[in-house]
Amino acid sequence: MTQKVKVAITVNGTLYEREVEPRLLLSDFIRHDLGLKGTHVGCEHGLCGACTVLIDGQTARSCTLFAVMVDGSDIKTVESLGTLENMHPIQEAFSEVHALQCGFCTPGFLMTTVEFLEGNPNPTAEEAREAIDGNFCRCTGYENIVKAVQLAAKKMAAH
Amino acid sequence: MAEKQKFVGQSIKRNEDPRLLTGNSTFIDDINLPGMLHIAIKRSDFAHAKINKIDVEKAKALPGVVAVYTADDLGDYWKPGPLQVPPPSVIKGAIFFARPLECIAKNKIRFSGEPVAVVVAESRYIAEDALDLIELDVELLPYVGDLEKTLAPDAPLVHEDLESNLAADVIQEAGSWEKAVAEADVVVKKRLLVNRVAGGALENRGIVVNWDQNLNLLTVWATTQGPIPMRNSIAKYLGLLENQVRLINPAIGGGFGPKIMSSQIDDVVIPWIAMQLKRPLKWVEDRRENFLGTTSERDQLHYAEMALKKDGTILGVKDVFYHNTGAYNPYGMTVPLNTQTHTVSNYRVPNFFTEIKMVFTNQMVVTPVRGAGRPQGVFVMERLIDAAAKELGMDPAELRRKNLLQPEDFPLRTGIIGQDFVEGILDSGNYPYALEKTLEGIEYEKFKQEIQPKARAEGKYKGIGITMFTEGTAVGPYEGCKVMVGVTGKVSVITAYSNQGQAHYTTFAQVAADQLGVKVTDVDVVTGDSGQWSWGVGAFASRGITLVGTAVHNASLKVREKALNLASKLLETPVDELELEDGVVRVADMPEKFITLGELAMRSNPTRGTVEPGMEPGLEAASYYGPPHGATGFGSLAMIVDVDPETGMIKIERLVITDDCGQPVNPMVVDGQIHGGLQMGIGEAFYENLVYDDYGQLVTASFMDYLFPQASDMPDKFEIYHSHTKSPLNPLGIKGVGEAGAIAPPACMMQAFEDAMGLDDMFITESSINPSKLYNYIQKAKGA
Amino acid sequence: MKPAPFDYYAPTSIEEALDKLTELGYSGKVLAGGQSLIPAMNFRMARPTALVDLNKVKELSYIKPTADGGLAIGTMTRDSVVEEDLMVSERYPILVKTIQHIAHKQIRNRGTFGGAIAHADPAAQLPAASLLLDANLKILSKAGERWVKAVDFFIGPFMTVLEPEELLAEVVLPPMAPRTGGSYQQVSRQKGGYAQAAVISTVTLDASDKVKEARVALFSVGESALLANKPDQVLAGQVPTAEAIEEVAAYVAKNECDPGTDIHGTEEYRRNLVHVLVRRALTEAIQQAKR
Repeated sequence: MTQKVKVAITVNGTLYEREVEPRLLLSDFIRHDLGLKGTHVGCEHGLCGACTVLIDGQTARSCTLFAVMVDGSDIKTVESLGTLENMHPIQEAFSEVHALQCGFCTPGFLMTTVEFLEGNPNPTAEEAREAIDGNFCRCTGYENIVKAVQLAAKKMAAH
Repeated sequence: MAEKQKFVGQSIKRNEDPRLLTGNSTFIDDINLPGMLHIAIKRSDFAHAKINKIDVEKAKALPGVVAVYTADDLGDYWKPGPLQVPPPSVIKGAIFFARPLECIAKNKIRFSGEPVAVVVAESRYIAEDALDLIELDVELLPYVGDLEKTLAPDAPLVHEDLESNLAADVIQEAGSWEKAVAEADVVVKKRLLVNRVAGGALENRGIVVNWDQNLNLLTVWATTQGPIPMRNSIAKYLGLLENQVRLINPAIGGGFGPKIMSSQIDDVVIPWIAMQLKRPLKWVEDRRENFLGTTSERDQLHYAEMALKKDGTILGVKDVFYHNTGAYNPYGMTVPLNTQTHTVSNYRVPNFFTEIKMVFTNQMVVTPVRGAGRPQGVFVMERLIDAAAKELGMDPAELRRKNLLQPEDFPLRTGIIGQDFVEGILDSGNYPYALEKTLEGIEYEKFKQEIQPKARAEGKYKGIGITMFTEGTAVGPYEGCKVMVGVTGKVSVITAYSNQGQAHYTTFAQVAADQLGVKVTDVDVVTGDSGQWSWGVGAFASRGITLVGTAVHNASLKVREKALNLASKLLETPVDELELEDGVVRVADMPEKFITLGELAMRSNPTRGTVEPGMEPGLEAASYYGPPHGATGFGSLAMIVDVDPETGMIKIERLVITDDCGQPVNPMVVDGQIHGGLQMGIGEAFYENLVYDDYGQLVTASFMDYLFPQASDMPDKFEIYHSHTKSPLNPLGIKGVGEAGAIAPPACMMQAFEDAMGLDDMFITESSINPSKLYNYIQKAKGA
Repeated sequence: MKPAPFDYYAPTSIEEALDKLTELGYSGKVLAGGQSLIPAMNFRMARPTALVDLNKVKELSYIKPTADGGLAIGTMTRDSVVEEDLMVSERYPILVKTIQHIAHKQIRNRGTFGGAIAHADPAAQLPAASLLLDANLKILSKAGERWVKAVDFFIGPFMTVLEPEELLAEVVLPPMAPRTGGSYQQVSRQKGGYAQAAVISTVTLDASDKVKEARVALFSVGESALLANKPDQVLAGQVPTAEAIEEVAAYVAKNECDPGTDIHGTEEYRRNLVHVLVRRALTEAIQQAKR
């Protein structure tokens, strides 16, 4: 009999109570159990950063955590940012400077940027580059992502 | 009657961004169907082995497992092939032994990672549990992976029915190498090695299949770069009509080449299983599988020579190279033919001999990865020039300058047949401009005269590299599309091209919007859905914007003409007095007299009355575009690097590239393509490397070992210049740009490393090195 | 890449955790931050039968000053918490620098201080830092507590003296002597990636700038993190000269490490790195001590 464990996890403000297998990866829990597909999975070994979410305000790779480990936590995914009609300033900035191409890695970059700008609201290019170093992008060469992080900071300061 | 260009040439924000940024795009793993089962593939741990028995009984008995299939379970359905790209029979004397993929190994395993069984289960977790229970009884065979040793008389055979591991041999010669040597003062020779790299799309491959036996409709969602060929292959395999297979590209998370491959396990075997089980199926590759089971590229060994006069005039080039195709050659000779067409293409080389020896090995199959043979050719040529510059005591920039093709040389017939099976013709270009602009941009003279000596005096080792490249793009055969104005006045552009992030939802819209007088945001672009448009070839060879873009342009012109003709009747005004702008057709100088495009769409498709003979209903038109040969982009790349000779660590201090892709449709997108290409090229030169061990095991099957370029590996800025030599081959003058950045970095970086050290005996013969190798090159050259 | 099934326990106190570990014996494994273990489980290279998850044992997460001016760090304290702690940065700036080289922030937000030490990855920063800082490790079991010095803790790659029923509960760092400088030096192919060679050093000077103590920890160049002996033997009691440092560095590279050849670098290259990095580390640490 497969063991199931009760968890109560708040995601984007909604409390979800579910019974899950202990081995269920947090990334799969978010994507498939909760249907929040904006969080993407690129490597499942903690390197690429596509699955980055915020757990109690701090970034983490959701592919290298079991859902049961974050029982009781507060999680934010890309869906917590803006909407199609009303994007978050970070999302606007990414679009304005062409900081995404295929868009697969983008949700991870956005969540990393959220945490980074909270701690550093006015970063230099060098600091912005360092902040995104743990997220892989194959399309952009990162240059426009660095620009987007800086532009997002300006937009957020103006808000 | 073409409208002037209002949007083409403008950096316009992308239509697709909001949905990608807010988590509202549907990627392959986001598709879930009721009753769907999950697939995991058992892959061989052995590189070369005879299969005695595959025991799947324990796996089948695992609760949650629905079925397990081996080749034997496929019965008569099992068969290799087909070849996705045909042999180059158009080249005289070409030898090619076709060995298409065996989608699932039957009697013999030919590479580590080759599929041997398919598990279908209620969840991916259970499917993977079942993989652990499959037992493989094999007889190990000796592994062959070395490009030269594979042709030794006693080498183990990858395909026993062949006499050797030679997969193909193609010789092409323009002029006479013999003659070049006879006239030469100097001949330089080098043995040059090009490594193997992964496509590395952040999203792995995947497929979802749903068989509806009542409708006789197989719906397939797949991450393929070639939706129509893949659909056709599935239809042929399953004995269905093409329109009984609907192939849809969901949003795709990067392609970079390997996603072009079809006729493999996903499209040959998985749809068949879906029909057997009558259940929807999903297979999404994981990262380990992507390394082991998805095709990759480069991996060539060149014996290259260049003949020159004392004054630096190049008389000829000879290049005999081994090309590793891996265990099979389903993608024909696309990659090595690209190498042949890109070797000498920036320069006046009157005599050129090039020979491909394509070899089978017990390794993953080689198919195009961004660059696709071009980087190898450019690496060889640029390294030969560097070797010659050293030999002749000339400045590398000067030697290049001296031998470049001149603007008046175009169009230039090269005499070398390319991947598209037509003779390579360089359609247009201004190579000297690219070189000079790049040298000026990076301050080449100032670097050599001031910066480098000053750094050296401070104990720092800075060096510069300057290289040229061409990018053969936009090859045939064709692409097509349908353009339609809807009753809302919004425009549909429907293609079966495949999008992996190249901004087609915007760039195709820009082309259509220019002719149809609508906003770019009012154009909806459909890509890769055979149910909506069923003709096309695929996303490869940097051909999307040129081929589809031209088709969109031509179709939009037809729709424009239809709209104006209908409006002319309704407004009782001659066509030449009408304007199409802001979504309406209006009478010039009488802004109150107009009719909207939406209304015209309604009126063009009446429910009563009659459509006059010769008129087709609807504001809709289709168009196809097939160029006679490719359009050649080009450019020049320079870098300044800082080397720490004690540790072999490097920093790219400056990078300047000049690129010419003809008329850019969206310059912002063009720069983005160049950025990404440069990242891959830099990755290839110093970070990424697929390595097989002595037993044929891929030792770099994770991002822990395969080093994916990070933000901190890139220079602080990519300094980009452009020139715009419009292609004469299409009305907008477009050329492709997708691979431009990826071509020259290895050659450029190796030159820069050598320049930094300034050691006479240091010459890097590999396209990919690492700090340890760089340190060793330095130590060796120092005689340490 | 999904992990194999396992039994799961999530105790909420140390006592419960020790009960569970005792009950499970060799079939139990502690789950702390999971940043090393879970990737290995996703590849199915690690297949623990049962996991005892410490994430709910809140009493294992703290940073407390000790009476002698050192710090006690609870095993479940996240790396990023240690990295950003003001007491840590004041008392052990070299530790902050070391932690900043652990992967990337997303990993440090989950990885735990004690978890990394107990995992004993020969390529990891914190086992080396525990050697460098002469950490004292508090190990609990149902039988009681025992204390083990970091130098006695690591016995091989991914191997420590911990018994299956034991838990590394706390890491106590003795105070840093005044006039101590530190340096972190590594060569890794990419930022945040595994080092080809890495050296952490502290040097304490006396009032006349003679070396009181020179400590050099190495990692990624042997079967476990190492503490080199030669630097202190040669430099202690001396005003350090460039020649002496060079001698020490060459000796350590030749005799006090054991790097292998892999796809990223040859043994010869990596010994050279140790040589260069020990020299750079000692030089910088001495400069820092003088400030």
